[in-house]
Amino acid sequence: MGVKNNMEQIPNVPKEKFKLIHDENNNEQEKIGTPSLTYLQDVRRRLFSNKVAVVCLTLLSIIVLISLFAPLVAPHNPNAQQVTLSNLPPKLGNLNIPGFNGYQNMGGKMVDAYKQAGASKDTFYLLGTDYLGRDLLSRIIYGTRLSLIVAILATLVDLIIGVPYGIVSGWKGGRTDTIMQRIVEIVSSVPNLIVVILMMIILKPGLGSIVIAIAITGWVTMARLIRAQTFQLKEQEYILAARTLGESSTKIATKHLIPNLSSTIIIQTMFTIPNAIFFEAFLSFIGIGIPAPNASLGTLLSDGQKAFRFLPYQMWAPAIILSIIMIATNLLGDGLRDAFDPQSDD
Amino acid sequence: MAKYILKRIFYLFLTLFIIATLTFFLMKMLPGTPFSNQNRMSPDQLKIVKAQYGLDQSVFVQYVRYMGGLLQGNLGTSFQFNNEPVTALIGQRLAPSMQIGAQAMILGTVLGILLGAVAAIRKNTWVDTLATFISILGLSIPSFVLAVLLQFYLAYKWHIYPVALWDNFQSSVLPTLALAALPLGNVARFMRTEMVDVMSSDYIELAKAKGNSSWKVVTKHALRNSLIPVVTIIGPMAVSVMTGSMVVENIFSIPGIGEQFVKSITTNDYPTIMGLTIFYSFLLVVIILIVDILYGFIDPRIRLGNGGKE
Amino acid sequence: MDKILEVKDLHVNFATYNGTVQAIRGVSFDLNAGETLAIVGESGSGKSITVRSILQLLAKNADIAKGSILYHGDDLLQKSEKGMDNIRGNKISMIFQDPMTSLDPTMPIGKQVAEPLLIHNNVSKKDAMARAEEVLRLVGIPNPKARMKDYPHQFSGGQRQRIVIAIAIVDYPEILIADEPTTALDVTVQAEIIDLLKELQQKIGTSIIFITHDLGVVAGIADRVAVMYAGKFVEYGSVNDIFYNPQHPYTWGLLDSMPTLDTSEANRLNSIPGTPPNLLNPPKGDAFAPRNKYAMEIDEEEQPPYFKVSKNHYAATWLLHPNAPKVDPPASIKKRFEKFKQLGGSVK
Ligand SMILES: Nc1ncnc2c1ncn2[C@@H]1O[C@H](COP(=O)(O)OP(=O)(O)O)[C@@H](O)[C@H]1O
Ligand SMILES: [Mg+2]
Repeated sequence: MGVKNNMEQIPNVPKEKFKLIHDENNNEQEKIGTPSLTYLQDVRRRLFSNKVAVVCLTLLSIIVLISLFAPLVAPHNPNAQQVTLSNLPPKLGNLNIPGFNGYQNMGGKMVDAYKQAGASKDTFYLLGTDYLGRDLLSRIIYGTRLSLIVAILATLVDLIIGVPYGIVSGWKGGRTDTIMQRIVEIVSSVPNLIVVILMMIILKPGLGSIVIAIAITGWVTMARLIRAQTFQLKEQEYILAARTLGESSTKIATKHLIPNLSSTIIIQTMFTIPNAIFFEAFLSFIGIGIPAPNASLGTLLSDGQKAFRFLPYQMWAPAIILSIIMIATNLLGDGLRDAFDPQSDD
Repeated sequence: MAKYILKRIFYLFLTLFIIATLTFFLMKMLPGTPFSNQNRMSPDQLKIVKAQYGLDQSVFVQYVRYMGGLLQGNLGTSFQFNNEPVTALIGQRLAPSMQIGAQAMILGTVLGILLGAVAAIRKNTWVDTLATFISILGLSIPSFVLAVLLQFYLAYKWHIYPVALWDNFQSSVLPTLALAALPLGNVARFMRTEMVDVMSSDYIELAKAKGNSSWKVVTKHALRNSLIPVVTIIGPMAVSVMTGSMVVENIFSIPGIGEQFVKSITTNDYPTIMGLTIFYSFLLVVIILIVDILYGFIDPRIRLGNGGKE
Repeated sequence: MDKILEVKDLHVNFATYNGTVQAIRGVSFDLNAGETLAIVGESGSGKSITVRSILQLLAKNADIAKGSILYHGDDLLQKSEKGMDNIRGNKISMIFQDPMTSLDPTMPIGKQVAEPLLIHNNVSKKDAMARAEEVLRLVGIPNPKARMKDYPHQFSGGQRQRIVIAIAIVDYPEILIADEPTTALDVTVQAEIIDLLKELQQKIGTSIIFITHDLGVVAGIADRVAVMYAGKFVEYGSVNDIFYNPQHPYTWGLLDSMPTLDTSEANRLNSIPGTPPNLLNPPKGDAFAPRNKYAMEIDEEEQPPYFKVSKNHYAATWLLHPNAPKVDPPASIKKRFEKFKQLGGSVK
């Protein structure tokens, strides 16, 4: 065959190099390769090397932190009305930045709306005020907080129902599974929103009702995913071993199943949160969500929409925040999925 | 296949029966009477009205009556709107909803398929990033926010389309656009995932090994195989369009069933809410059934398989 | 003999998260008209990447860093994408490992078999289908006329592999690359497919590069054998050279773990201990050294060159160096040497 290099000139190698070393170095082999990272480290490294995911994570962290410390961060009481100072445009101190200088187009002329309303010289609202003279920035901060609370609670309820349901259905199999799956099928064949709306009609409007209404259909997706994975895990050797060793079902579930299901749970959670935020906004937008005077992103959008034609900033601000949260959670969900599921990279 | 379809139709009715029952009893649990926000009525008047709607009977009798009515396609009578039968109400208002819904689905699906396919073919390039970003925007921005923005800029400010009017095709453009964003995002993402999967499969490798150009590999093998599963998300997409339609119709004052539904909620018109709930569910289960059957016909593995899928 | 393909000093790298994987590290071989070359080696040794490089069917992160692939003197690596399309499925075609996933699930098989003809020749659809039918009959699909309209899932694994073979030979390729065509099949079906390949080779006179990780199937089909380890050929020669006069300890290991007629019983327990090296950081010396019972100090320091054993038989092991000690090969290998003597060869 082709290669003729070297064959003719046998390399000159001293004899002592030809000592047999037998197999005592068989185990040194591992050291040759790069050390393999543990799975979780690997996941973290992949997540943090994904720029989009990092940006989303940062944005979300900032939003969550601001919501968490809303009372400290918000410049005003979100529900305090000051009717004389209603519908003021955004103003950033006495800096004269167009769009943030408190001027407003009135009949073709730019007028200092603050002066007209008789506000004192050092009164300013960063994002303006609404029709009741409430500070929009503060309302957005508190509104975001409320929306996030709804989303997180709804997601928690989702987990509490969906995960055990999926595990039991997948683990038991057979008749139990069939019946449980029929229920899932029925629940999922009514459009989610209709169930949510029905629940909202029946329950008293408020935070708890929204959470229940959203969670009552939300768990289905989680349950489905968990069931499918439990089915697979059930046949894994270490789980079969644990079963033959007579470990109790609860112990198997908590010790073996949940850790293996955690990636699915985390990823699905990242898709449940924006969903819940959407439902809250939707319900509040059509007027059956969070009752006045409290603010949520949905009520702010609804108020904003009414004034949008003349005072677009009242809708833009909550719309942007809502969109950022939705986009960032979705993208972070994607990033997490890629990080947990390495075959989907390169 | 026929046996499979029959079985599915049986389950469809079972599901609808359960939904109707649950809806009925949920409605009975409602606090107060539906008339509480009407002009004060004397107890006598109230009694007459109640009798008129059959509300003086026991809950069980009401239930049997209601279900009997359902079987004959009677969804009850509205408390509002001149006591019109709910079916008549739906009949009058179905066309606009169907029109914008169908337009949005078609537009969203076609654009979504293109976007997803391009992203998959140009995987890990800026084209892919851009396509992914567009689909995430479509998924993330609620249709009612989009509707308000479209209305403000394309109607109020630039006068390209009517603000809130329902007569010709022109007036359906903005609501269609607002509703199409979500299916677009959904389809694009789904299509991308499917196609990336297909593109890395052995038969695509073989198609290349046959000497097909990259373009032919895509058009002759990859597209068909990735398109078939897209059919499966038509159901969930229809749901999201229905959902979005409720507010979008409201924003654009379109006389559709979505607008009706929201109106009924704010006026406590229980029979209409109930009727529309059952109607929406019916629509959804029928769409899902049609999609499943359709899937069986276009995917040779199921079409020719032993009696269809489980 | 006519050399139709010459691969020279091929190096293929893969860019991965963790760094560059040096999957192929200097592979050279040639192929004569009408002959069958077998490439054997454990899974992951680089067999598929070697042959995929020929058709340039590599993953996006692959980089052919060095080398040339001369087909009738033309370097395929210099060809345009379009130029390669004209070679693929026409001059050189390929059969993949898994028949269950190699066929387009949503296209009737007749169309799939006719496709290469329609791509490469100016034939009518009707003629292409007629030829597809003929080839399907040739590869042993019963009643091909009726079955042309069927879809892949309506065929058994063995039948599907026959269809894949039909696709590969429909345009009379000069070279047929079969990448583990029998690995995914039942043992009985394996033999049928090998017989089919041999029969087809006689009928259409194609050269075959046959890849397998199982030396057992090699004897019946190959003229020459190359043994691959960690991205390199460690030994190559005629079938008799490799089977009865093996020189590389890795070849010994492979042969020793193979069930033979002599030992009549499967020797699977004798499989080579350890695992192949990580090619992210290939060892400085001989990649096989850590698993090699006969490893010497020099193995850890320097890669062995090819030592000539006989005409056309080479092995890359320091054991062939004149200064190397005489080692005692496994018993089964010694038996093979005996046989080699009977065959008239001279054992080194
Ligand atoms: N796309 C890829 N990215 C990184 N490494 C790869 C890729 N494809 C193959 N490899 C590496 O190349 C080596 C050879 O693979 P292959 O030729 O498929 O082996 P086999 O001999 O089993 O056919 C393997 O070790 C594998 O890790
Ligand atoms: Mg291989």
